Amino acid sequence: MNAIELDDVSLMLGGRRVLGGISLNIASGQFVGVLGPNGAGKTTLMRAVLGLVVPSRGAIRVLGQTATRGNPAVGYMPQVLSAVPQGTRLSGWDFVASVASGHRLGLPILGRQTRAEIERALDLVGARKLARRPLGEISGGERQRLLLAQTLIGRPRLLLLDEPLISLDPHHQQEVVELVKALQKELGITVLFSAHEINPLLGAIDQVLYLGNGQAALGVVDAVITGPVLSRLYGSPIDVIRLKGRIFVMSGAHDVEHDEHRHEGPGHAAHGHGAHGHGAHGEQIDHV
Amino acid sequence: MDTVRTDTVRTENRSTMFETMFQYDFMRNAFAAATIVAVLAGSVGYFLVLRGQTFAGHALAHVGFTGATGAVLIGIAPLWGLVLMTMAAGVAMGFLGERLAQRDVAIGLVLAFALALGLLFLHFYTAFATQATTLLFGNVLAVDVSTVYTLLALGALSLAMLAIISRPLLFASLQPELAEAKGVSLRLYGVLFLAVVALTTAECAQIVGVLLVFALMIGPAAAAQQLTSTVTIGVPLSAILALLEAWGGITLAFYTDWPSSFWITALSAAVYVLAALPRRLRALQLA
Repeated sequence: MNAIELDDVSLMLGGRRVLGGISLNIASGQFVGVLGPNGAGKTTLMRAVLGLVVPSRGAIRVLGQTATRGNPAVGYMPQVLSAVPQGTRLSGWDFVASVASGHRLGLPILGRQTRAEIERALDLVGARKLARRPLGEISGGERQRLLLAQTLIGRPRLLLLDEPLISLDPHHQQEVVELVKALQKELGITVLFSAHEINPLLGAIDQVLYLGNGQAALGVVDAVITGPVLSRLYGSPIDVIRLKGRIFVMSGAHDVEHDEHRHEGPGHAAHGHGAHGHGAHGEQIDHV
Repeated sequence: MDTVRTDTVRTENRSTMFETMFQYDFMRNAFAAATIVAVLAGSVGYFLVLRGQTFAGHALAHVGFTGATGAVLIGIAPLWGLVLMTMAAGVAMGFLGERLAQRDVAIGLVLAFALALGLLFLHFYTAFATQATTLLFGNVLAVDVSTVYTLLALGALSLAMLAIISRPLLFASLQPELAEAKGVSLRLYGVLFLAVVALTTAECAQIVGVLLVFALMIGPAAAAQQLTSTVTIGVPLSAILALLEAWGGITLAFYTDWPSSFWITALSAAVYVLAALPRRLRALQLA
């Protein structure tokens, strides 16, 4: 069975068409990296799979059923942690636990079975101890670990992880990717993992779903990260350079994703905005 | 033997002290009203602080002032004017939601206008000064038996409503995007919660007045969140702190003849400072 089936799907966001007439199938048990510049529709696609965005055309099937809100078989990790006020003393445990039957009315008092389910999820990511600490006092990498545990509550068969690497340094990025890969293998589930650049995901993902220009390309890294495919998705000529096991995407003339890119962590400082202005050297190098 | 005797004497002293206080009807009413309101305010306040909506409590109180003075003007009990106005404003705020968040100038003007309108209503009413002071700063010692029953009914209703929505409300407060994906309506619970906050504000205004609603709704809740990192302990702790502060404030008012609202607010501030102090000091030492 396919985990996700898109049949001629168009998605609109605020009057703008983000995806136009996409058809593709993602097989179960795949670790899929979702890439593309900001605004390409990575988050919108995930929200559509969750049933939060209704396609303007076409149909989305998730694990054999039409995409619908509140599907317990789908775990989701939103991109930003916006709601919790700064400096909160609330424990990670309470935060993670809020998802357990969180839609049901009543007092937030959990039964033994639910508590065991939460402990299991925390154990899977090795965060049982971490969860006792207040949420405001843990690092970004530790927080991603807890959020990952939260997605595992309810034993989903499909995980949608929206930019789990954002604002992490390269070391912690690698940790998160390895953890997700291990979970994906151990639990035999399907994972969609969106990211700004492919390099941290190399070696872990089975397939790439690359979005851009309202279009999408799905396949193994070598088939998708190529000049012709990316040129089509960016709408401008793109060259792909492989160097020491890393992949760089080069675009001549004007940039397609440079301005939208967020280079974070010391490892990427050299590629910051000051390093290469528009057209200063005729071409520039960007991480995909 | 000696120690035992001293203890007994001390207990007797204390009990006569409370007996003196409870000889008066108005003191019994005050304690009953304070108990009801404190338990409600402490519980609701916990979620208000957690959601970062403390300003809503303040805003609703200001708007409630207009309702209360309007009610006085047309000859009904101020409590009902408060309840009506705060409920209407609370539900409206819930529906407007995030669109309100970034409009502080507009909100500030509306709040100032609400207070000014209340002032105008009082201007048309003859017993101006006392009524204004009572509405602005509360006077729990003036609460009568029928008001206590009204507070009890409204308080029970609000607390029941909070209990029913608390689980999805907590989820929606901590992880809105995820809650939405799991089928929780953010708007529905936002509106229902602000309706509960509105009722709580109206109740609090009876005890500490519209200007000092913060003392009962925010103080104990913020202190509780400093003291524990668990929701299931935090909510009862917040209610207990509110209860102790309200009882303590009334008792101190009885023996000092200072206003009860002053004492309740002072205790609320003191408890928060004590709760927050150890961590602040530790942070300073580390820095």
